[in-house]
This record gives sequence, structure tokens and C-alpha cells, in this order.
Amino acid sequence: MGEAARFSFLSLLRHGLGKAWDRQWRDAQPKAAYDVVIVGAGGHGLATAYYLAKEHGIRDVAVLDKGWLGGGNTGRNTTIIRSNYLQPESAALYEHALKLWEGLAQELNYNVMYSPRGVLMLAHTRHDVQVFKRHVHANRLHGIDNEWLTSAQAKAFCPPLDVSQGVRYPVLGAALQRRGGVARHDAVAWGYARAASAMGVDIIQNCAVTGIARDAVGAVTGVETTRGPIAARRVGVATAGHTSVVMAMAGVRMPLESFPLQALVSEPVKPVMPCVVMSNTVHAYISQSDKGELVIGAGTDAYTSYSQAGGLHISRETLEAVCELFPSFRRLRMLRNWGGIVDTTPDRSPIVGLTPVPGLFVNCGWGTGGFKATPGSGHVFAATIARGEPHSIAAPFSLDRFVTGRLIDEAAAAAVAH
Amino acid sequence: MLLIPCPWCGPRPESEFRYGGQAHVVRPPDPSAVDDAAWGAYLYLRDNPKGRHAERWRHLHGCGRFFNCVRDTVSDRIVASYKPGEAPPS
Ligand SMILES: Cc1cc2nc3c(=O)[nH]c(=O)nc-3n(C[C@H](O)[C@H](O)[C@H](O)COP(=O)(O)OP(=O)(O)OC[C@H]3O[C@@H](n4cnc5c(N)ncnc54)[C@H](O)[C@@H]3O)c2cc1C
Ligand SMILES: [Zn+2]
Repeated sequence: MGEAARFSFLSLLRHGLGKAWDRQWRDAQPKAAYDVVIVGAGGHGLATAYYLAKEHGIRDVAVLDKGWLGGGNTGRNTTIIRSNYLQPESAALYEHALKLWEGLAQELNYNVMYSPRGVLMLAHTRHDVQVFKRHVHANRLHGIDNEWLTSAQAKAFCPPLDVSQGVRYPVLGAALQRRGGVARHDAVAWGYARAASAMGVDIIQNCAVTGIARDAVGAVTGVETTRGPIAARRVGVATAGHTSVVMAMAGVRMPLESFPLQALVSEPVKPVMPCVVMSNTVHAYISQSDKGELVIGAGTDAYTSYSQAGGLHISRETLEAVCELFPSFRRLRMLRNWGGIVDTTPDRSPIVGLTPVPGLFVNCGWGTGGFKATPGSGHVFAATIARGEPHSIAAPFSLDRFVTGRLIDEAAAAAVAH
Repeated sequence: MLLIPCPWCGPRPESEFRYGGQAHVVRPPDPSAVDDAAWGAYLYLRDNPKGRHAERWRHLHGCGRFFNCVRDTVSDRIVASYKPGEAPPS
């Protein structure tokens, strides 16, 4: 990117002395028509718009959001990034994303704070041990780093972890992906938004899509919104938990159920957690932000819901598990607790591709684990929309796998994959 | 935590129940008579509405019986519960 770094030590100093920061992207007003309309200004929708403009020269693009940019799951998740999925199709998709993460700050000229500090997945039962070892072997056959650690090695990698064996969830070992880690979720949305806007993409907030318009043969002609109709022959839906609702506007039923998923942060403390720790069996996901807060992910509610809250007993169960795994965290107080609505598929794999409606494309089903895929998802979805046929990495993730039966089973031990 | 009205036992805390997904999903009586699209729809497609939802629950740690609820998926308020075989209230 030819432009000079807008965020440098000097610019920080200047702004610290009172100069106001400029807007990072244009606050666009909707035009009557676009080449492509993307519904949903989360990370996936914004990344899609960015790659449409950057790699396919399609710049007459609008990204519409009913709320504010990055206010959905993108701004609500625990930001765990890894690519050690079991099935070859998934490993290819998430590894594609991980490779993009590695260069994303340079690509966007925006610090997304990608921090490959290692993701440690704890095995608490014999079944976990077998499943994770199978993951390690499968990943290594695909050239994806993932290694098995004994409980003593896990303790050495993550010193606050209690690996004594007499507890309810003993750590029998762990799978470690060293290239896994975290990134700053808001910065990912802002970085893509700024770079897309600079190439001419209109990002339109507070603009809910209320209908999908179609012509006599059923092909998409545009969308109805709370800010008037917008014409477009190609519409890409990237609305996460609300995908069933949006797709119903075009008469398409989806293999999705929407569940609240919660996260919490503690009061900030000095650096104590050197890595990310995940325990699928007890639904605890934990890392430490640069501000010092422990970022903790919990499980989903048992029932479908669009209330962005979630039951208190769900987060309590997670905190109980965290206190057992990390006895030194017991006295920490929690500062904030929130929920996001995640869209889960029967096989716990995403859906990226064409739909039965000509001109309508969908990117959804990322469920509890799509933040890590953001750059890769946007990249392959943009190619799919631009060419009108699935990108080769996206092809197995078609909607019609729920007709053909070619499911991509990533449900693993706990049916959760952050 | 929801307070769920079991039609037999009355209101009980959610932890006594198991969720059973969308209610009134009918298995095609002769699976080999339907095509892949119809069978896939039966297995995988769900309404997943934002609003009124008829759903199955089982009072696992109680009477053990299945029943249905109508719940608003925005407020999580349960509007009605009814026994299997009964039609959802309008
Ligand atoms: C608590 C929690 C923890 C998580 N932890 C992780 C993790 O550690 N690692 C990981 O990889 N993933 C995680 N995830 C999942 C991850 O957050 C999501 O898969 C991912 O962020 C989805 O991005 P998106 O851009 O598709 O959706 P979103 O960011 O949700 O964007 C969708 C947008 O669509 C908009 N929208 C909806 N309906 C309409 C409409 N009718 N008109 C216009 N706009 C509309 C919404 O306002 C929203 O902004 C977590 C999720 C949650 C909730
Ligand atoms: Zn009962």
C-alpha cells in the first residue's frame, strides 16, 4: 500500500497533543444501485468487500448493516485463531485464513494485533486424548503444525495451569498449535472497513435489510432496506446468527439454528497467561488481552434464541471450570459479560457459496468459531461472488451438501469449535 | 435459566429439562419414497425464526415426558406449553 503509515510514533505524539483523529472510513449514504450488495458489516462481510475491490476490481459495492460495523459476533468473540481442524476440507479453509492472518497487518496497513502465542487444547478424558491425537496426526499429514504435549509439557508451556491428577477434570495432555493465537477483533473490522472504503466501497450502517427483491424468473434484483430499496444483481449474505431470517426473505430455508454464546472478561491484571487455553470438554476458553483482562469464552445455551444474553448458569459453569484449571484465578472478579448469536450447522462446518436463488450468495454457519476464518472466508467468498462459481477451497462448503449428504463433520468431542 | 411449565408437573427450572429442537417436524412416512431434497429438508432444514417458535422439551429430571412449548426467541418468554399430539395454540 503506497500510503504512508497513518499510525506512527510521530502521529501518536501529534494526536496526543490535541490534534483530532480523522475518520477512518467514509460514512456513506446509500445509492440507488450497486454491482454487489453485501448484507452484514461484520468481519466476514467487510473482508468480502475488501477482496472484491482489491482482487477482482469490483468496487461498486455496498456493505449494509442493521447496526454498527463490527457490532455483531465480530466484536463479541474471544478471538481465538487456529487452523488445526480434522477434515482436509476444513484444514484447507482455516489454514488459508491463518496464512492471510500472518500478513494481514501489512496488507491492510492497520495493526490487527495478530499474536501467534500458541493455542493449547486440553484433553481431560481418554476420549479427548484419542480425538486430539487423531487431529495431530491428520494435521501433520496436511502440513499443518499441531503437536501432542504431555501434561508436564503443557504445564511448562502454560505455568498457571493446574495439572494435578486428582481433580475433576485432570489434564491428561494437550494438543498445541504454536502458530495459533489471538488478534484484536475490532481492529480487524476497522482495518478491512478503512481499506475497503478507500477503494470506493460504501459502508452503510443503521441500514437493515428487510426484503430481497427478485424478478420474474426468481433472480435477485436488489434488497429492500430501512433506508429504501437498493438495486443489485448480486447479493452476498454474511449475517451470522440472523442468516435464517435474511434468507427467509428470499424463500430459502437454511440448515441453521441460532444460539446465544457468551463471553466474559475479568478485571485487568499483570501478564499471567502466556498462551490461549481451550477446553472443549468443560467449555472454557481463556487468554489474556493486552489490557490485562482475562478473556473467557463460555458455552452456548441449550435452546435457540436471538436474545444476546444467555443464561447465567452457563457462564457460572465455565467459571467453575476455569477456577479448577487455574486455581490462582479464583479471586479475580469479572468485569463484563455478554452474548452473541451464533449460527450453527448440523455438521459444525460453515456454508459458503451459491444458493438456489440466482444472484444470491451466502456465507454463514461459522457458529462458535468463525472469527479465525475472517480473512480466508472473505477471500474465498469474494472470488465466489465475482466468478459466479465456488472458489476451490469453498466448494466443499456448499449449501447443497445437506442434500447430497457430503457433510464435513467437525463436531469432534464436544460439538463446539472456537 | 428459564422457568419451564411442564404440562404435568407445572413450572420447573430449565436445568431439569432437555431441549429437543423445533417441534412438529414430521418424518416422511416412507423414506424411500421421497427424493434427496425432501429427506435432507427433513433432517437438516429448520425454521429458526426470530419470534414465535414451537419447540420440544423433555422433562428429563422430572416426569421424563416429552411436550411442546411456544417460546418467543427474542424475549425467551414461554407463551404456552402443551402435550404431544395437541396442536400449538394459535
Ligand atoms: C461469545 C463468542 C465467542 C466467540 N469466540 C470465538 C473465538 O474465540 N474464535 C473464533 O474463531 N470465533 C469465535 N466466535 C465466533 C465468531 O465471532 C463468528 O463466527 C464471526 O465473528 C462471524 O463473523 P461475521 O462477520 O460472519 O458475523 P457478525 O460479526 O455477527 O456480522 C453479521 C452482521 O450482520 C448484521 N445483520 C444481521 N441482520 C441484518 C439485516 N437484516 N440487515 C443488515 N445487517 C444485518 C449484524 O448487525 C452484524 O453486524 C465467537 C462468538 C461469540 C458470540
Ligand atoms: Zn414433568
